[in-house]
Amino acid sequence: MSVAALKPIVECLLFLSGSPLSIKKLMEILDSTRAEDIREAIAAISKEYEGLEKGIRLKEVAGGYQFRSRPEFKEYIKRLRRAQVSRLSKPAMETLSIVAYKQPIMRSEIERLRGVDCGGVLRYLLEKELIRIVGRKNVPGRPLIYGTTTRFLEMFELKNLSDLPSLEELKLIDVETDDYEPDTSTESAG
Amino acid sequence: MADQEYRVKLDLFEGPLDLLLFLIRKNELDIYDIPIATITEQYLEYLDLMRSLNVNLAADFLTMAATLVHIKSKTLLPSHADDEDEEDPRMEIVRPLLEYMKMKEAATILEEREMLNRDVFIRDFVAEELQELDEDRELAPVSLYDLLKAFKQIMEQRAVAKNVRLPSERISVQEFMEEIMEKLQERERLIFLELFPSDATKEVLITMFLAVLELVKLGRVGVFQDMVGHTISLFLPGKAAGEANAQ
Repeated sequence: MSVAALKPIVECLLFLSGSPLSIKKLMEILDSTRAEDIREAIAAISKEYEGLEKGIRLKEVAGGYQFRSRPEFKEYIKRLRRAQVSRLSKPAMETLSIVAYKQPIMRSEIERLRGVDCGGVLRYLLEKELIRIVGRKNVPGRPLIYGTTTRFLEMFELKNLSDLPSLEELKLIDVETDDYEPDTSTESAG
Repeated sequence: MADQEYRVKLDLFEGPLDLLLFLIRKNELDIYDIPIATITEQYLEYLDLMRSLNVNLAADFLTMAATLVHIKSKTLLPSHADDEDEEDPRMEIVRPLLEYMKMKEAATILEEREMLNRDVFIRDFVAEELQELDEDRELAPVSLYDLLKAFKQIMEQRAVAKNVRLPSERISVQEFMEEIMEKLQERERLIFLELFPSDATKEVLITMFLAVLELVKLGRVGVFQDMVGHTISLFLPGKAAGEANAQ
């Protein structure tokens, strides 16, 4: 199938999917279509929607592609969907970013970094499905270790974990960064 | 909910590091050259103030106070000028403070991103009940949390209406486990929700849930969730379509 023929089909699938669609999933649906063709079709759709006269745009999130509203229209959407806006408190945001950057991480390490008990916040983040228990550390007491979820990637419009804004971009004065590297390799700035 | 409790309790300062950072910024101090005596004094003043306001002080605040006083006493001791290796005792708080600042900054950067359901939105989709189960949908492993959440919903929806107590038949976790295994042999896939009949008593619901947990623990069933409709299903080990990426 030509890319031109593929484009409207991919657009329609993306429009109707409830979660981000991966290239792999699209290949399964459009059997025997090459990944490059699908990528090309997605790029064409994405370019089309980037035009300013469009209200939605195609974003790459959590390993797939998804149509999302433009941030400039958020006020109207909030009126459409009363009381559905999600917010995270400061402690929740801080704890979540520690988990995101330093995963897999134990609760005691998070608490050492924040200087306070984090039990309540961790429970809240688990309930919100932004973090998950990835296993136990093989040290005495076998403490739980935490990591982020796909939901987290979706929430912050991240393609994957290496898409996290790199900590090197922080405006801070030179700090000994030895144990601050995120687990995954960070993309170069840009 | 837990989040709210948290906020009320620590509205003033989230922790000792937060308070220290506030004091450093208020006094426009250089973080690498903190006048430890001044900071300790101000820190203790704030603790007194918070105590007088009946703020529930976490033990962490007191630990930090002890650390500060300890550092202060160390700096007062004559230092051995020839001892090159000796580190500035203030590093004991400078290091965690720098780390803390960095994590706070990271949180700010993350929060400035376009957040789903705050800045950007996706379409509203049909309720999961209306979605048909699709065989080749991607499956994800289910956490204990997901299971508990699903069970909580079941209890809320089903058990509430049942006030009539009939002399119940004896039920055991063991029996239910066998029942589940039998059904699984026949059908390969069991939908978690369907294990809980709508006319069941609380005892039956709880026993069934315990049976599921026990089977999972024993590794006799695998529990997976559909990526799209979030339907939780039970499989025999190795039988779930998406299991390869689940392990």
